[in-house]
Amino acid sequence: MTADAGHAQRLTELLRENAELLIDKWVGVVAAALRGRSARTELEADFREFYAALVPLVGHDGKNISGPEFTEIRSLLEEYSRSRVRAGFTPSETASSVFSLKEPVFELVENDASPEVFQQALAFSRLLDAFGLLTFESYSRAREDIIREQSEQLLELTTPVVKIWEGVLAVPLVGTLDSARTQVVMEKLLEMLVETGSEHAIIDITGVFAVDTQVAQHLLKTVVAARLMGAECIVSGIRPQIAQTIVALGIEFGDIVTKASLADALRHALRREGVEVVRREVV
Amino acid sequence: MERVPILKIGGVLLVSIQIDLQDQSVLALQEDLAEKISATGAHGVVIDISAVEIVDSFIGRMFATIASISRLFDADTVVVGMRPAVAITLVELGLTLGGVRTALNLERGMKILGELGRERRGAVTHFGEFPRDA
Repeated sequence: MTADAGHAQRLTELLRENAELLIDKWVGVVAAALRGRSARTELEADFREFYAALVPLVGHDGKNISGPEFTEIRSLLEEYSRSRVRAGFTPSETASSVFSLKEPVFELVENDASPEVFQQALAFSRLLDAFGLLTFESYSRAREDIIREQSEQLLELTTPVVKIWEGVLAVPLVGTLDSARTQVVMEKLLEMLVETGSEHAIIDITGVFAVDTQVAQHLLKTVVAARLMGAECIVSGIRPQIAQTIVALGIEFGDIVTKASLADALRHALRREGVEVVRREVV
Repeated sequence: MERVPILKIGGVLLVSIQIDLQDQSVLALQEDLAEKISATGAHGVVIDISAVEIVDSFIGRMFATIASISRLFDADTVVVGMRPAVAITLVELGLTLGGVRTALNLERGMKILGELGRERRGAVTHFGEFPRDA
């Protein structure tokens, strides 16, 4: 790097001298590509920061951008990608924001007489490629973070434990059951049993479309754990297909009470609680 | 070594575990309890574990052992107040406590023992809960 430090300086000089022009062109290209979805002033502020961090890095060829001298530009680009994700831009739009600087730089180099500058511009282009890929990576990382957050929220949202009678809880399970979700249900249900002092819990799986051995195992464990705490679980709403799967897989429900519908399960629980439901003559 | 106190309420012995159980205290408890049941002729044992946060397989087996000991003296055992985390651990360990009865809290545990006692003794023993003490 020290060998061509002198030449690299030529490109740095060019970039410094023509900073305003380059930034203006860069912003112009990107703004046109985004078709007004991002404010020009905002882009300009962002790009000015990038540019300031970028110019001292001229001369690196972008093969390894994990060094300490790249910390600033990396954090800038990561922040930029994250905001792009939240604003709903595509990854290629985000990455091409970086690539778009090449065009004005090459135009500038074309007019320059010294032949070394072309080599330096190529190296600079490789550096930009590396940064473009970095935005791509940060973009997907940011998106994964969002997905993880959402699935956690979903986990919380979709597993309500409700009290439907004095001493009777109900857990209406909806959607696909996986081990993580059944685990959450299990813990929530057991905690609610203690909190409300309920001796009966109905696990209704009407909304569940598929059960595999692991999920069944988790359900059985929940029932056994509840039993250890002194409460009884009733499983209701098993779909015909699921019943077939359960039998085909050879899963034994043992002495666990299963009922066709939530209503049947509630009636059973009430009877066990000593509550009698009587139909009254309606006038 | 800390010892777990055993309290007598009517015909029931109450074992409330408020300490971190060591294997030694578990063994001592089993001995003490056997002596106490034999001395009082109690018809029921309630083990309150609402303060127990950590269990291992040894403690898990203790419940079954105590239940078997009590059974020899014709007394029923109810484990009450098990925390969710403890229940999950026991299930993961593959311990289901076999014939031990469980209840959500002490109140219900006492109720269960009352019902069991009535069933066992029939209508005759309404007077004198403790034949031996009387």
